[in-house]
Amino acid sequence: MAGGSYDPARTAPPPRRPSRRRLLGVAGAAGVGALVPGCASGDRGGLRFLSLAWQRESVRANKELVAEWNAAHPRSRVTYVQGSWASVHDQLLTSFEGGEAPDIIHDASDDLADFAYGGYLADLGGLLADRLRREIPPHGWQTATFGGRVYGVPFLQEPRMIMANRRLLAAARVRLPTAREPWTWEEFADAAGRLTRGATYGVAWPLKEPVSATLNLSLSTGGRLFHRGDDGKVTIRYTARDRVVPNAIRDQVVRERSASRATLGMSGADTLPGFFGDRYAMVPLGFSYRQQIVQQAPHGFDWVALPAPAGPGGDQRQGVSPQTLSIAADCRRKEEAMAFVDFLLRPANMVRLARGDWLLPTGTTALADPALRTPRHGWATGTALAGHLRSAPAQSVRGYPEWKDKVATPAFQEFYSGAIDDGELRDRLVSDGNLVLARYQR
Amino acid sequence: MPRRGRRRAARAGQYLALLGYLVFLAFPLLWLLSTAFKPPTELATLHPTWLPERPTLDNFRRAFDEQPLLRAAGNSLLTAGCAAAVSVLIATPMAYVMARHRSALSRAATGWVVVSQAFPFVLVIIPLFLILKEFRLIDEPAGLVLVYVVWSLPFALWMLAGYVRAVPRELEEAAAVDGAGRLRTLVSVTAPLLAPGIVATALFTFITAWNEFFFALVLLKSPEKQTMPVVLTHFIGTEGVADLGPLAAAALLATLPSLVLFAFIQRRITGGLLAGAVKH
Repeated sequence: MAGGSYDPARTAPPPRRPSRRRLLGVAGAAGVGALVPGCASGDRGGLRFLSLAWQRESVRANKELVAEWNAAHPRSRVTYVQGSWASVHDQLLTSFEGGEAPDIIHDASDDLADFAYGGYLADLGGLLADRLRREIPPHGWQTATFGGRVYGVPFLQEPRMIMANRRLLAAARVRLPTAREPWTWEEFADAAGRLTRGATYGVAWPLKEPVSATLNLSLSTGGRLFHRGDDGKVTIRYTARDRVVPNAIRDQVVRERSASRATLGMSGADTLPGFFGDRYAMVPLGFSYRQQIVQQAPHGFDWVALPAPAGPGGDQRQGVSPQTLSIAADCRRKEEAMAFVDFLLRPANMVRLARGDWLLPTGTTALADPALRTPRHGWATGTALAGHLRSAPAQSVRGYPEWKDKVATPAFQEFYSGAIDDGELRDRLVSDGNLVLARYQR
Repeated sequence: MPRRGRRRAARAGQYLALLGYLVFLAFPLLWLLSTAFKPPTELATLHPTWLPERPTLDNFRRAFDEQPLLRAAGNSLLTAGCAAAVSVLIATPMAYVMARHRSALSRAATGWVVVSQAFPFVLVIIPLFLILKEFRLIDEPAGLVLVYVVWSLPFALWMLAGYVRAVPRELEEAAAVDGAGRLRTLVSVTAPLLAPGIVATALFTFITAWNEFFFALVLLKSPEKQTMPVVLTHFIGTEGVADLGPLAAAALLATLPSLVLFAFIQRRITGGLLAGAVKH
């Protein structure tokens, strides 16, 4: 992995049993799975496609593509099944164990590890068409590769950007960074300080879920946190490179007071009213939040999507967990399912899906589409960042969900609010964290 | 302060506390109502208003355009209604036996019902899943109804047994003295007095099933069979971002059956358990 992280291909073949994330759903499903024989869902005629599209344009694009496929392939019909991001993990786990899984599965790459290691997903290695294999860069494939096997086709990804109030930035005479000339973390801190006036904070960090934001942005400063040894085991080390981004955020909140303390516990959507009301001049948000801004901003609100700050040498890498399409291991018509995936991810179709979700496609041809190169709504800035996106650092670390929930989230929250210092943060992330990871790697 | 004055002050305090509680209970519903009629720009403002400044029906139109709400509501109505009816049909005679014939067996059964409420649902869903699979009831509303009945039966039984105990045994004895047989006594004397309890239990079961999410999510695969709670989650995206306006509009519609049912039935529930029990 770029950035000095580990190589998934060097890991051991996946064991059969998954680690369990949600106790209740898992326990029930496990019992069912032990007793119920597998059942191929494709036996009932068509292939079932579980889609997590949820925005109006995205749902429409998915349904249109399914209809186009069905019109052209009457003997291989696909049924569109609407899923939900809020419940997809439990739904899939129970479906897998009960032998009732959908054939084609839309999910996020960071949710695939458990299913891949559990043997629920088909290895796509022998099914992928060369065209698709070439279209998506190697670092894209890396996000859905576990134990050397490919368990999903990454197709949409979301960089984190800075949504900024252009009027306030102009008034403070702050240079607008571009993808070619991004801010350094120091310039970003300076800009936040200059934008902090009266009741307006320079920046609002919505850090209700602080771990993935911190880890993904830390790639730009060379942070990697997770280190895989020669024995294949992962340990946590909190080095000087890992400290840069967390300390920059904490300084803004605690020392310089250029970032609002109140937003630390908020989700991205919670900060939008303050953004529209000039309470915050800048908000680091995911790329797709542009849709919310376009929809909800008051008339005349002038905003711009800026690239995230770069690390030493202009390093703009950041971690992402792309959305993926997988095929269930129980699917008896894997070639047909793969043909549908291949159709869905043709460059022109990938563009339709990306525009529907306000996200970036992973395919290089799709990324070059003029529709995604327009400066309008920050599309051009986003597509310019695509080459810097890498697999999220914790993508395939077993035990990561538990480490994140029990150790890292409270530690980062306390650190950002000023309750604990840098040393205490390191101790908790490393000492407590390695105890958690060790249980998964015996 | 004289005693009368203290009493008035206490009464005023009670009413104030009650008012506060009612406001607390009503707040989510009022906020939902307000949100459902707000345009997007009013949803993301630093100074939210109680009433929409420019009320719009657009959220409702979008909600219906984007998701099959009527079909989902129909599915929910069917499964919840059937679950309520079947639960009450099964629970009523069982509750009567448990309440009236207090043998060691009935006490053990009562204890078992109470204890069963403490079991995690996984102990229920595993055998149910196997049975449903065996009878090809996965992805069938009938299978979901079966699950809801099993899931709500213990509490329904417990609730109804309490209502049965509240019916004076002397009334049944009086009917027997007047020459009524066992069945006649049950139908003409006990059942009418139990009606409010049966209605309350049916209502409880209906609302539990109407709101249930996980079983519906897992057991129903086909889009055209999905219930309202499952469809509502389709307005929620990654990282909990929601399409708030249509979600509020749809959620408001989803609460209507419960509200209508309560409005229709509450007088019957509170109308006096033993109304008409006096023998003329």
